[in-house]
Amino acid sequence: MLSKDIRNHFPILDQEINGHPLVYLDSAATSQKPRQVIEAISDYYSFGNSNVHRGVHTLGNRATEGYEGAREKVRKFINAKSTEEVIFMRGTTTALNTVAQSYGRANVGEGDEIIITYMEHHSNIIPWQQLAKEKGAVLKYVDLEEDGTLSLEKVREVITDRTKIVSIMYVSNVLGTMNPIKEITEIAHAHGAVMVVDGAQAAPHLKIDVQKLDCDFFAFSGHKMCGPTGIGVLYGKKDLLDKMEPVEFGGEMIDFVGLYESTWKELPWKFEGGTPIIAGAIGLGAAIDFLEEIGLDNIERHEHELAGYAMERMSEIDGLTIYGPLDPGKRAGLVTFNLDDVHPHDVATVLDMHGIAVRAGHHCAQPLMKWLDVSATARASFYIYNTEADVDRFVDGLRIAKEYFADVY
Amino acid sequence: MSTNKLDQLYRSVIMDHYKNPRNKGVIGEDSITVDMNNPTCGDVIHLTLQVDDGIVQNAKFEGEGCSISMASASMMTQIVKGRKVDEALKAASVFSDMMLGKDIDDSIDLGDIEALAGVAKFPARIKCATLAWKAMEKGVGNDSEQ
Repeated sequence: MLSKDIRNHFPILDQEINGHPLVYLDSAATSQKPRQVIEAISDYYSFGNSNVHRGVHTLGNRATEGYEGAREKVRKFINAKSTEEVIFMRGTTTALNTVAQSYGRANVGEGDEIIITYMEHHSNIIPWQQLAKEKGAVLKYVDLEEDGTLSLEKVREVITDRTKIVSIMYVSNVLGTMNPIKEITEIAHAHGAVMVVDGAQAAPHLKIDVQKLDCDFFAFSGHKMCGPTGIGVLYGKKDLLDKMEPVEFGGEMIDFVGLYESTWKELPWKFEGGTPIIAGAIGLGAAIDFLEEIGLDNIERHEHELAGYAMERMSEIDGLTIYGPLDPGKRAGLVTFNLDDVHPHDVATVLDMHGIAVRAGHHCAQPLMKWLDVSATARASFYIYNTEADVDRFVDGLRIAKEYFADVY
Repeated sequence: MSTNKLDQLYRSVIMDHYKNPRNKGVIGEDSITVDMNNPTCGDVIHLTLQVDDGIVQNAKFEGEGCSISMASASMMTQIVKGRKVDEALKAASVFSDMMLGKDIDDSIDLGDIEALAGVAKFPARIKCATLAWKAMEKGVGNDSEQ
């Protein structure tokens, strides 16, 4: 387990909610921000704010150095070959939509196949639905194993030589499943397809190495990994990005503009139309520094241990169902569950009244809810600042909820 | 302390409606049908209404959702049944005021729905309570006049 002192870096955690010390178990939705990140953003606006790549003046240089410095931190963080492959975007959703609209439109035709799975988040379903409809392509789903994992046999059955794009989440935001991305990438490549990875739930929790995974695109968001909202990253292999058209046109991304024709800047800027998300990138850079200081391997281990402890404690409660693999080694630090027939909203409200924040609903994964045959679930997700004591409070809260609704449900 | 606040939300009359929903089911074929869902949380309602001569003759619902959403649906059908369409809509607007924590028009008999007043103190749950009412408003065809 990580040191309990990590919690002290997060000012928001030091407060009471409904008369109880806050236990924040909704980091899979968005993580809290350490003081280092808040200060990096505040310092930028206090001392360094200016537009990038154009000012001749000193502040302009300072902003550019901050922004491009953050890009280099991201490059190292995911082990991309060069910063040309690191594009700043609003978040995972924008990144996946960019791949669909740029690479997808240019490379997917009628009858071609796009492969996703039943566990995907809406942001890794709808961009492909739209592309498939537009192009007359076929959207195919890989079915899941009973415990909510993916089997490579089923992946092999679905991918064919007509497959152009395989897009799969690294870590499930509902099941906690960690998918074998490297192996799936090999299968996709053997059929000439590109591999897109939704890394939103992976980047905060485990060491990412895009070269080792050999994926073609990798998307993630800053706000789930201690960074601010509104900043995310699209990684793409340079040879693919070089051939792709931008999807947003305007300032910042152009080289030469004529009356009827224009040309684009080189990578990565050709995909960054308009004044970029400067403060967001600097905040993300500070978040990466913070996480790397703790160590991604330590973070991953901490979450495995905490999820394992949580599942063990939760299994003491009669009538509690946990979704996804029950082997803590096979899952990331979140546990999705239902408590008897008590609706997850009602569970979440009781927990909230005791200062415990969990998510309830369909978690932006309606097809997965259908696959699980539930209308909604509750989810506790853990991060670096959570402790075994938080899990104990959470389990106590569950018992209270169970008792409170005992004669109702 | 926390349990007291919870009790303001989960009043026994609400739990009673949840456990024993009134007007659960579907009216036969020539009824008005409304399907509505709450896309952020997965609550769904299938509401059928029979309106003749400007009067809501019958109202039934089926659905899936939390205690608040289902109890509210049950209470809503109870209130609108037998009422004129404009009275039903008036009740919906009074209910909406109640959810916003506003002073409410007490010229209309609210019956059990007064028990839902506590929901206004739980902002995250207001949309649970209003789902059935929105479906009713849509069903009687006056949604846009709200």
